[in-house]
Amino acid sequence: MRPFAFQRAAGPEQAVHLGADSAQGQTDTPVQFLAGGTTLIDLMKLDVLRPQRLVDLRDALGSHRSIICDERGLHLGAFATMAAVAAHAGVLESYPVIAQSLALAASAQIRNMATLGGNVLQRTRCSYYRDTSWSACNKRLPGSGCAAITGFNRNHAVLGVGPNCISQYPGDFAVALVALEADVSLSGPHGVRRMPFSLLHSPLGEQPQIEHSLRAGEIITGFSIPPGAWTRRSLYLKVRDRSSYEFALASAAVAMALDGDMVRAVRIGLGGIAYRPWRSVEAEQRLTGRPLTEANAEAAAAAALAGAQTQRDNVYKPELARRTLVRALLQARLLPAAASGA
Amino acid sequence: MGAPGTDPVGRPTVRVDGVAKVTGAARFSSDEPLANPAFAYLVTSSIARGRIAGFRLNHASAVPGVLDILTYENVGRLAKPAPGPDGKPSTSTLEDARIWHDGQIIAIVVADTYEAARAAANLVEVDYTREVPSAGFGSAGAMTEPREAGPAGNPQRGDAAAVLATAPVRIDASYSTPPQHHNAMELFTTSCAWDGPQLTVYEPSQSMWGSKASTAGRLGLDPDQVRVVSRFVGGAFGSKGPNPRTAWVAIAAKRIGRPVKLVPTRDQGFTVATYRAETRHHVQLGATPDGRLVALTHEGWEVTSRPSGYNVAGVESTARMYACPNIATAVNITHADRNTPGFMRAPPDTPYMFALECAIDELAYALQMDPVEVRRVNDTQTDPVAGIPFSSRSLTQCFDQAAARFGWGSRSAEPRSMQDGDWLVGYGCATACYPSNVGPAAVRLSLSADGKAQVALAAHEIGTGAYTTVAIAAAQGLGLQVTEVTVTLGDSNLPPVAIAGGSNNATSTALVVAKACERVRSQLAQAAVTSPDSPFHGRDPASLRLENHALVGSNDARESLQDAVGRTGQRLEVYAENVPAGLPHGAMAELMQGKFAMLGGTARKDVTAYAFGAHFVELRIHRRTCEIRVARVVSAFAAGTIVNPLAAHSQYMGGVIWGLSSALLEATDLDTSAARYVNKNLADYLIPVNADVPSIEIIMVPERDTRVNPLGIKGIGEIGIVGMNAAVANAVFHATGKRVRDLPIRAEKLL
Repeated sequence: MRPFAFQRAAGPEQAVHLGADSAQGQTDTPVQFLAGGTTLIDLMKLDVLRPQRLVDLRDALGSHRSIICDERGLHLGAFATMAAVAAHAGVLESYPVIAQSLALAASAQIRNMATLGGNVLQRTRCSYYRDTSWSACNKRLPGSGCAAITGFNRNHAVLGVGPNCISQYPGDFAVALVALEADVSLSGPHGVRRMPFSLLHSPLGEQPQIEHSLRAGEIITGFSIPPGAWTRRSLYLKVRDRSSYEFALASAAVAMALDGDMVRAVRIGLGGIAYRPWRSVEAEQRLTGRPLTEANAEAAAAAALAGAQTQRDNVYKPELARRTLVRALLQARLLPAAASGA
Repeated sequence: MGAPGTDPVGRPTVRVDGVAKVTGAARFSSDEPLANPAFAYLVTSSIARGRIAGFRLNHASAVPGVLDILTYENVGRLAKPAPGPDGKPSTSTLEDARIWHDGQIIAIVVADTYEAARAAANLVEVDYTREVPSAGFGSAGAMTEPREAGPAGNPQRGDAAAVLATAPVRIDASYSTPPQHHNAMELFTTSCAWDGPQLTVYEPSQSMWGSKASTAGRLGLDPDQVRVVSRFVGGAFGSKGPNPRTAWVAIAAKRIGRPVKLVPTRDQGFTVATYRAETRHHVQLGATPDGRLVALTHEGWEVTSRPSGYNVAGVESTARMYACPNIATAVNITHADRNTPGFMRAPPDTPYMFALECAIDELAYALQMDPVEVRRVNDTQTDPVAGIPFSSRSLTQCFDQAAARFGWGSRSAEPRSMQDGDWLVGYGCATACYPSNVGPAAVRLSLSADGKAQVALAAHEIGTGAYTTVAIAAAQGLGLQVTEVTVTLGDSNLPPVAIAGGSNNATSTALVVAKACERVRSQLAQAAVTSPDSPFHGRDPASLRLENHALVGSNDARESLQDAVGRTGQRLEVYAENVPAGLPHGAMAELMQGKFAMLGGTARKDVTAYAFGAHFVELRIHRRTCEIRVARVVSAFAAGTIVNPLAAHSQYMGGVIWGLSSALLEATDLDTSAARYVNKNLADYLIPVNADVPSIEIIMVPERDTRVNPLGIKGIGEIGIVGMNAAVANAVFHATGKRVRDLPIRAEKLL
């Protein structure tokens, strides 16, 4: 960790002003916003992130922690903690996939500290990114190459990757958000705006170091999940080596409205396997209007993983991800019929 | 001995240091207060092989508060190279420009604050002359050779190759285990403070006299100038012996004229200390149709560093596990550009028994026999290699008791035949074993007239409960309550004790404490029988014993300690040394020189000494996604006298949990082209969380062993983990029909 200046913004305007150089999450960004700190402080200790200034948002925006669950959908303040949302009765009842994606993530200690806004922006767990003694990492040192492609890559991504980066987006909550077509609310130098959550994380292009589409100085203030007949019959299935405190080898967020066995509508997100939070419209299309049989679930899973690109140590991932999705779909089918009529 | 049921030995006793530990009062090495300390931070290499071409230190030196930066250029000649865990040549650190392995210590920054030292360490720039490294097995440039087996050679008997060729039933299989790191809670800290020519080292140590001698030797000091203090150790598991960093921290403290404190990071711990290297095994078994072994071969391969020949050679145990007339073993080492491995619970047996116990399970399925029965028909009371008896061996009793408790009889033998919904259910079992080792030890013990005892020796509290074990042994010998004994240990200024490893400590310390107590009893008895005012005047001193705060005669006459001790003074103090039978007389002198002096359970002429056990495990594997979740474990152990059943239960249980971990989770991942570890943290190096630990039942099978040593103690530090990995792998086979021979067993191997 290197010396840095610490500033606590008094209000939203000052936060935006102080954070004007926050750029788009690059490693050399001179200013970083601090919320729960559960990713940022780690990466500063590892010397991966070297901000000259931290802008603490808790005083300025800490009030954005509401959890509103009503007929207009689910609104989550960006400063709500993972633990608070995971335990919220309305979320548990109407959006179980959201609650489960948070409850199955991290550890109890981290869930108590980490905020939703920070959670969706957590960095990859790629060892070659997180250890500065590796000289090749396009995400950390633009243009330096990718050590992971020829290195140990058991838990690297197979979807959305390219020859310049195979890092995996490690979060769970964002997978549920992208599946449920959430919007993200932002506050920035030019006022407030809202955009589809699916646009927040940048697809892999020529610049892996640019991780998201936030403008300089922009702060996430909340998430809005639209209501839908599918949100109650939903779940998050996370497959991993140990039972808790571990990132996914493969995960699936599924939400569906059934008419008997017939799929009226379905939303599918995949985690643990992709460069960014991944929604599989292909899998959704394979199921919509068809009966939810094992064969159809397998066909949907095959469609979801059709573009997978594997490396030496993650050859297993497409198969594990397919099985994870099939299991999630069949488990969701067995959930009790929900009050929404799904 | 006191009245039945009142003996301290064998009674469950809460740890005398328990409150201190849970309240934070226990002082671990980096808690030791130092006057005006400076702080050190390690700089480690980012390549695995090559040379340092040069340092650029200008940015680092400019950080405010930086006091010194040690490199080979300015301190390399000030210390002799540190030996490896086997006492032989190992990799270097600051001695020269050579890079032997990833993460090697190449510079130490010393500053007024930890933060300044860390910031400056990040700014040290190193230019390397790189060479292509070899990561391990199968890497170009790695060099494999047979181990140096010592005078006894590798265990052999009969003609295994010839008998195998004609054996009615044969198993021929290869197995492997990955690199693993101890990851004790407490990091590899070192603080050094000079007082004139005297050096005090505060360091977690399981070999204080070893560290004292090693540090003195490297710095050219008289060993009496070095004191190593290690009152509590936050987990050792084999990793906390003499090590390369100590001398450099001492030199840093000397150079700046202040105490220096080093707390390396978790990730540095993966490369600045030892670990369990990866192993490979080829096992062949030949058997008769009724399951009797007629031939057994076990060849092992282990990775080590370039200069070190360190190996664990667990064929010493696997060759002795079952009755078999034809045995052949061999061990090879592969030199690669890696840090030198070392002891890790249980050094030889964890990897080697994995191979053997999986092979025995494979044999059972080939024979269509119950795996428990295969072990029963091959059980023996005679060491098949040496041809001498086991001091005691209750393996079948362990299997029987654990199997009954587990409900092994309800197992459906066919693989993949038991299910619970979408989960495949598997049952597996395996043998546990560990040799009963013992070392020399010395102690200073005193008994006061007010009925209080003080015991002092340089024993090691590495989490196993040494303070309490020593207190129990003294209370037993002096007829006191455990709470009336004050134990001081963890300081090399106290009489020496062998390294806290190889399950020897309870035995070695209890034997020497018993000897000291006998000396106290003898002196009090002698004084009493020659004293006209004693009720024992004129009696045979050998007929008197210490019991319930009194000197007691055969006719139940009593003399209080107040009187019996008061006759000799207010306090009777004795010093005792114990060299166990079978060790040469010079063993005590060697111990005092910090050398490894221990009598191994397989090195004796009279008996072969081992503790045994049996593990039973039930696990569940999801039929689609193949996650493995352990449902329950029942393990039984027979290990002679159990000094403290409460601590023993915890120690066994900890070993079982570590065994589950070793089977399913733990692996240090290698980037094979760079020969570097990549998961050097506790998020990515997986160990079990609470949710992974199921119901674990421990059965302590009573066992009285009059041959292993006078107290019948076998030692239980290591045995709990041994064989657990095989029991899990065998249960995975039972659940799925898939034999996974390479650890760890993870979902992708079952898809």
